[in-house]
Amino acid sequence: MNNVFVYCEMEGNRVADVSLELLTKGRKLASQLGCQLEAICAGTGLDGVEKQVLPFGVDRVHVFDAPGLFPYTSLPHTSILVNLFKAEQPQICLMGATVIGRDLGPRVSSALTSGLTADCTQLEIGSHEDKKAGKTYENLLYQIRPAFGGNIVATIVNPEHRPQMATVREGVMKKEILDENYQGEVIRQDVAKFVPETDYVVKVIDRHVEKAKHNLKGAPIVVAGGYGMGSREGFDMLFELAKELHAEVGASRAAVDAGYCDHDRQIGQTGVTVHPKLYIACGISGQIQHIAGMQDAGIIISVNSDPNAPINTIADYVINGTVEEVIPKMIKYYKKNSK
Amino acid sequence: MSLKIVVLAKQVPDTRCVGKDAMNADGTINRAALPAIFNPEDLNALEQALRLKDTYPGSTVTVLTMGPGRAAEIIREGLYRGADNGYLLTDRAFAGADTLATSYALATAIRKIGEYDIIVGGRQAIDGDTAQVGPQVAEKLGLPQVTYVEEIEEVKDGRIRVKRHIDGGVETVEGPLPIVLTVNGSAAPCRPRNAKLVQKYKRALGGQEKAALTKDGAPLPYADLYEQRPYLNIVEWSVADVEGDVKQCGLSGSPTKVKKIENIIFQAKESKTISGSDAEVENLIVELLANHTIG
Repeated sequence: MNNVFVYCEMEGNRVADVSLELLTKGRKLASQLGCQLEAICAGTGLDGVEKQVLPFGVDRVHVFDAPGLFPYTSLPHTSILVNLFKAEQPQICLMGATVIGRDLGPRVSSALTSGLTADCTQLEIGSHEDKKAGKTYENLLYQIRPAFGGNIVATIVNPEHRPQMATVREGVMKKEILDENYQGEVIRQDVAKFVPETDYVVKVIDRHVEKAKHNLKGAPIVVAGGYGMGSREGFDMLFELAKELHAEVGASRAAVDAGYCDHDRQIGQTGVTVHPKLYIACGISGQIQHIAGMQDAGIIISVNSDPNAPINTIADYVINGTVEEVIPKMIKYYKKNSK
Repeated sequence: MSLKIVVLAKQVPDTRCVGKDAMNADGTINRAALPAIFNPEDLNALEQALRLKDTYPGSTVTVLTMGPGRAAEIIREGLYRGADNGYLLTDRAFAGADTLATSYALATAIRKIGEYDIIVGGRQAIDGDTAQVGPQVAEKLGLPQVTYVEEIEEVKDGRIRVKRHIDGGVETVEGPLPIVLTVNGSAAPCRPRNAKLVQKYKRALGGQEKAALTKDGAPLPYADLYEQRPYLNIVEWSVADVEGDVKQCGLSGSPTKVKKIENIIFQAKESKTISGSDAEVENLIVELLANHTIG
């Protein structure tokens, strides 16, 4: 009872990376709270799935294995979580801020009237004083996220309602195996007891999933462009620089919204989080939502014509100049000196 | 076949053009300093609804929004583009709502509307980016949902087929009516205002807007128009009008509380500033090559 739960998203019979990252974070939170970590795997053909999750320090894994649970549809997975949580009374539930997590989380929170915070960038345990009610709450989950177009960072708490639910994007938390031989209990649940037949009303009739076209998430060098690139053609220059440096190209939300770059290359709170050794920010002003997705970069170079761009304050090198002028020079001098 | 479609729309501060005066000294948002706009993805949702109306004549499109009196603007905008009518949920008791309390209020209003086949809204609003209200409304109404919709392909025999985006791909799914859908910003953009409809509805006003115009005892301009043409009166609903439970609305109905708000101040690193001159750019490249950061 009152444990930390992580909903594990299944890609076929493989647990998604984002879920393993959340198990790692969930383990730390559970240890801090002195409770157990529990995982939920729901899908089809999940024999042996526990081997993927137990090494992350999972004390109990609930396996829901039945036809109709993969591909994911909203209602059956909602019923699983709602009915399981009514019995188990978790204090915290974490899930990926993926298409699935953002479809499922609100539905579950609505059924249980519990609070849910989307796209958290940090999770911590702390106390909260409600001065009006004269009450102090211990060991609450601080759900920390940039908000309001990235102009503020908000810490959200759910003092009275359980579970405290949060979604987190892939790549925000680190994935770390605790112990290859960690021993946990495996509970094979009877799906029919959780999911009424009437839940299987939405049918997936066609599905195409492609492997990602790029590896932005794992790239050691990222060349990213912002609104200051001015156009799609401006981004061509970044692709040229990236090709020379064996880097991947990323973009700020402003650049994606303006149509300069495809959505799947967006870096930031609502895009991809990157941890490269070198990050070259070109024409990016540096809203907090963007910073949230790249602040762990080893070395940051900012190319910006505005000396007061916020990103310059976290950059190791600031190049004062226009992107049109500086980037061709970077390409030119890289070619000249690298051979 | 005619469909009853409800479009969920939100008036949002335009967070894409935030200036220096956007934040008050106490860390709260200075909404007055920001332009209020129709949430972009809700416009994509409106377009999907209007397309259904084009395909299935006799269908009706109702815009439902929640907000202060000035949010009647959202209803007018919907009418200009082809919606049939609208409701503005407005009450002090709705203030301070998180996504759960918002979905409670919208769900009670949808029950009050009574007849619906499709409830459609944008995937998320740009002031919160949570994407929670659509699914939470669906759960409160006990309806199935499809999120991240790109296109509605067909409605036939009480079932709807839609194309949706999933991580790394696309899915075609089919479900029964009534259903809740949320639409992506990459879906078809909304048609522009229709000049005839703008003429027809330009004097449409909500109760609070009328009160603001007449507050110093001034007569309401074109007062008799509102009796002759009832469609110019934008309907406002309070908590009582939708038979809502005040405890589940607004701040008191919100499980999430904001503990702390921080304005963004970046910790300055020790950084090296260089000019864009040839010599300085070359020096930097040579330095990065020398310490194996690149190359």
